[in-house]
Amino acid sequence: MADNIVVVVEQRDGKVNRVSWETLTAGQALAGSGWALDAAVVGKNVESLAHEVAGKKLRKVYAIESPSFEPYTPDAFAFGLKQFLQSQTPKLVLMPHTYQVRDFVPKLATAMGRTVISDCIGYKKEGDRLLFTRQMFQGKLAADVTFTGPPPWFVTFQNGAFRGDKVEAGASAAPVETVQIEIGDGVIREKPQPVFKEAKQAVDLTQAEIIVSIGRGIKEQQNIQLAQRLAEALGGEIAASRPICDAGWLPMDRQIGSSGQTVAPKLYLALGISGAIQHIVGMKGSRTIVAVNKDSEAPILEIADYAVVGNLFDIVPPLIEEVKKAKAGS
Amino acid sequence: MPRANGSLLIYTYAFIHPFSETPRNEEPSLKILVCMKQVPQKDAPLKLNESGTWIREDVSYEVNEPDAYALEEALRQKEKHGGTVVVITAGPARAQQVLREALAKGADRAIHLEDPAFVGLDAFNTARAFAAAIQSESFDLIFTGLQSDDYGYAQTGVILAELLGWPHATIIMQIEKNDTGIRVKRELEAGYFQFVDMPLPAVLTIQSGINKLRYATLMGIKQAKTKPLQKVTLADVQSAVSGNLQKIERLYVPQKTKKTELLEGSAAEIAKKLVDKLRNEVRVL
Repeated sequence: MADNIVVVVEQRDGKVNRVSWETLTAGQALAGSGWALDAAVVGKNVESLAHEVAGKKLRKVYAIESPSFEPYTPDAFAFGLKQFLQSQTPKLVLMPHTYQVRDFVPKLATAMGRTVISDCIGYKKEGDRLLFTRQMFQGKLAADVTFTGPPPWFVTFQNGAFRGDKVEAGASAAPVETVQIEIGDGVIREKPQPVFKEAKQAVDLTQAEIIVSIGRGIKEQQNIQLAQRLAEALGGEIAASRPICDAGWLPMDRQIGSSGQTVAPKLYLALGISGAIQHIVGMKGSRTIVAVNKDSEAPILEIADYAVVGNLFDIVPPLIEEVKKAKAGS
Repeated sequence: MPRANGSLLIYTYAFIHPFSETPRNEEPSLKILVCMKQVPQKDAPLKLNESGTWIREDVSYEVNEPDAYALEEALRQKEKHGGTVVVITAGPARAQQVLREALAKGADRAIHLEDPAFVGLDAFNTARAFAAAIQSESFDLIFTGLQSDDYGYAQTGVILAELLGWPHATIIMQIEKNDTGIRVKRELEAGYFQFVDMPLPAVLTIQSGINKLRYATLMGIKQAKTKPLQKVTLADVQSAVSGNLQKIERLYVPQKTKKTELLEGSAAEIAKKLVDKLRNEVRVL
């Protein structure tokens, strides 16, 4: 029996979560020419989504159905997927590293006596060994990790680790099979309420062409005005990493990162931001990244196009002046 | 196991399981366990060990930041409802510092699974060790930080919930106790949130920024010295753990895939160079 991979596709409100196409790209790459690639969509009335996924190059798509999958609960998802996967015995189970997946996949794996290598940014094939690469110590180091136990092996991939637009279409639609899951009383112990957005979003950072973003290096709330002056001079928006918003120094709608906004502006200027993974996933798609940090080892410098190792309080004031001069001159 | 609500149920429960579990507390107070981890300091320079499979231990350590928020939340819940806060960590002798600081901040007692070998355990085994260490206790809530700053797996809390057979919720920003258990506020991506009602006992993984961290007072530091700190050895929990299901084959400094241009000179020179780039190469000016 050929080794097979199952990609668990995430859906929300009747739509495939975009990041799932990235996981399918990963699955297609891993399958190569040797393994079979299947996909599974979990939810209520997800057959049409399963058909959408079936347009991609893979062997088969399963619609894992139960009215109890809506709303999402970890109890239901772990129960249903365990039942499905036990009937399939795949070698690899791939998912995107979303907040939802983080909420249930360790439970699912543990229930099956297995483990998850989470938040991977890639993989390596060395002979017949499969290693998964992930960042550690907030991005300062990378690790290649292997499974030492039996399959199924659970892997989650970081947002942006693979290109969703690179997923291959199938020559013809793959078959779709519906799998009904019976979830008995007492399985689901959580009662989720409807999802909501907290504050009214005053600014949509995804539309900004230029973003000046601040991190802990700004040190005090009153220093933010320096960054704001730079943003104004450049004609951009101010944004921040999580700790700044947690402290209440900037409103939550200015937060960039996995919990906040994901942006890809023409210019992202990071001031005093170290580059923790949760922040980087929110801005690594930026066209040009400029980073100012006094720590030469700060992970943000790895992804910067232009880097300044120095004190932002020394750099920003003359920078504001030069920007104003340039704008006045042209 | 559903939470005992009427005294008849408690007596029946105690009759069936006289010694295997302490009957649940009927009072509104909460018995909370906070799982904490000691990690290298954020700005500590990291060096690889000889085999390239982990970092060298000669580095400064601190409490994992999300765990500090988890502890703070537990202390606030105790202040609100009464009860007990117990802290636990698995690690070498140096990890005791995290427990001492927690006791100084107001935790009532601590459990130290002490052995250098705990550093190498994967999340599955760490959770199993915790579960074994707290077997005779009856917590209402277990908190962990949402993830650790060194591994960043975000798994231990969720695994622990599954091992205990308890419901769980992750990335929590608010907890409110009510008659049927708790209502928690889950953080989702892109600024979305969700309230979830759940019964107790439960495991919650706590998000940074849920509250503002307190400092330990001098009085607290003094009192910490007399609070119970129980040591548990690896041998004590050996039967619960087994071989890791995953292995770090190599740890390394990440290869740079991007070509970074370093701008150097005086602040004035750097400002000029950067504006030059922004105008001519990035074309935003």
